[in-house]
Amino acid sequence: MNGPSDVMAESVSRSEVAPVEISPVRRLFWSVRRELWENRSIYLAPLAVAAVFLVGFFISLVRLADRVRAAQALSLMQQRAAIQQPYLIAALMLMAAELLVAVVYCLDAFYGERRDRSILFWKSLPVSDLTTVISKAIIPILVIPLVAFAATVATQWVMLLASSAVLAGSGMSPATLWEHVPFFDTTLINFGHLVVYHGIWYAPFYGWLLMVSAWANRAPFLWALLPPIAIGFVERIAFNSSHFADVIRYRFGGDPGSMTPGGRMTMEMLGPHSPVEYLTRPGLWIGLAVTAAFLFAAVRLRRSRGPI
Amino acid sequence: MAYIEACGLRKTYGATVALDGIDLQVEEGRILGLIGPNGAGKTTALNAIVGLTPYEGQLKVVGRDPWNERDQLMRDACFIADVAVLPRWMRVSQALDYLVGIHPRFDRAKAEALLAKTTIRPVSKVRELSKGMVTQLHLAVVMAIDARLLVLDEPTLGLDILYRKQFYDSLLTDYFERSRTVVVATHQVEEVEHILTDVVFLDRGRIVFRRSMEEVESRYREVSVHPDKIAAARALNPIHERQGIGRSVLLFEGVDRQQLAALGDVRTPGVADLFVAIMSSRTERAQGATQ
Repeated sequence: MNGPSDVMAESVSRSEVAPVEISPVRRLFWSVRRELWENRSIYLAPLAVAAVFLVGFFISLVRLADRVRAAQALSLMQQRAAIQQPYLIAALMLMAAELLVAVVYCLDAFYGERRDRSILFWKSLPVSDLTTVISKAIIPILVIPLVAFAATVATQWVMLLASSAVLAGSGMSPATLWEHVPFFDTTLINFGHLVVYHGIWYAPFYGWLLMVSAWANRAPFLWALLPPIAIGFVERIAFNSSHFADVIRYRFGGDPGSMTPGGRMTMEMLGPHSPVEYLTRPGLWIGLAVTAAFLFAAVRLRRSRGPI
Repeated sequence: MAYIEACGLRKTYGATVALDGIDLQVEEGRILGLIGPNGAGKTTALNAIVGLTPYEGQLKVVGRDPWNERDQLMRDACFIADVAVLPRWMRVSQALDYLVGIHPRFDRAKAEALLAKTTIRPVSKVRELSKGMVTQLHLAVVMAIDARLLVLDEPTLGLDILYRKQFYDSLLTDYFERSRTVVVATHQVEEVEHILTDVVFLDRGRIVFRRSMEEVESRYREVSVHPDKIAAARALNPIHERQGIGRSVLLFEGVDRQQLAALGDVRTPGVADLFVAIMSSRTERAQGATQ
């Protein structure tokens, strides 16, 4: 590297008390923490959704004993769907909140700091653009899914315990409930879906949104949406094909083959039981490479962009 | 050693030339005022120095290349763009926690001691503070960073005179406590001139004047000329002439004091007077050239 400049910088620092050494990991940790301070919706939104859902669920417990009795007349598969339904709805609601929070977070990540000029303060501190971009990418790829996962598991656990108590109170055995909502399996499904699928499989979406946020001087939402739509249209008109749209659709929806027979809505529809299944898809690794490219572009953009 | 070494520093935005080949050296321990009209290139020059903008030419700041090593540079340098850039959602205590977490030269105890002298509470959010208090907070943070180089770009813009004075007084006190190098760009020449050791005038991307304050004091004289001696005074080649109350005020460079005393009342001009004189003589010359 540039030897002479390093020597000079050293001679400067030697003239006074040696500064504290700060490791890159510590800088990254504090940068992520800073994001959590700024964006409290990362944990407040799932908590609010869980709270609202639980209020509704507790009220519905009045009719629980009747419902379980009625379900016993159904076939095993239908029974499972009927009993699992509230657990699935809880998971889907928290998932919607999670995706919304992640998209809003990404679009504002580099746009907001330029709009309120605070980028001038952040850039006056010894934190590199790379560290900043990594810390902001960790939020939607890791932190938001983990928070949603924790909120989902906690909500379903509260539901299960409250339901068992109600059933026991009305002289019924909660065994049917526990048989149809196997807690360990459900947790694994939630982990696979929220953390691996929404976090790592969706990473290219977040990378794209972060890059647009670093680039756009106004309306980052439109800039995030319009180019992919335009590419899809051009491809359709020019070649009468839809490969680009297919790639996006595949990335967004995965394969819908995991629906249970009979089209019943159960927790199993949220994906394979094992996160390992996701991790062995080559598409996952291609997606991560694409994400890295978007994030690299975001680093370059953040370096050259100033307040707007 | 030189803390800032610029050689042929140039920056263009499309067809607009913001910096037109600047050569500048700032030695350790100097306080340099960068003064110029709007659009002179002050902010562009400072942005290049702290690594916010790419440039052509040579530039080393505290021995580093600012554009490619901004984060390392910021361990030794501190930058206030203006005081309104602190993130509004942040709590005072969070700002201190964060700085301890990421800045190797941040002294939390010192920041807290400085804040204790103000009415700012640690639980307050920046958005709840008045503009003057935000300034105090930013200043406390910057003063608690043991930086070699402090770069200020119009730091007191939009503040009332009390806070502006307080800001520069604190800066000066801090400067005497330990050897710091400061570069400050401002319009408010009168408020900084008593703390400067050097002054640079910038006009249309070029340095048009560069003197130490000792040179300014020893070489420049302003004379309120008696009306009957005006012809004799003009014969001494004043660099500028303006109308005072009832008398013409002429500015001379390098003319003997005794000689001038015979013409009227002699005083040392302020930086603002010099600035006006040099800028208007440039404008006249430019107009003369186009006619």
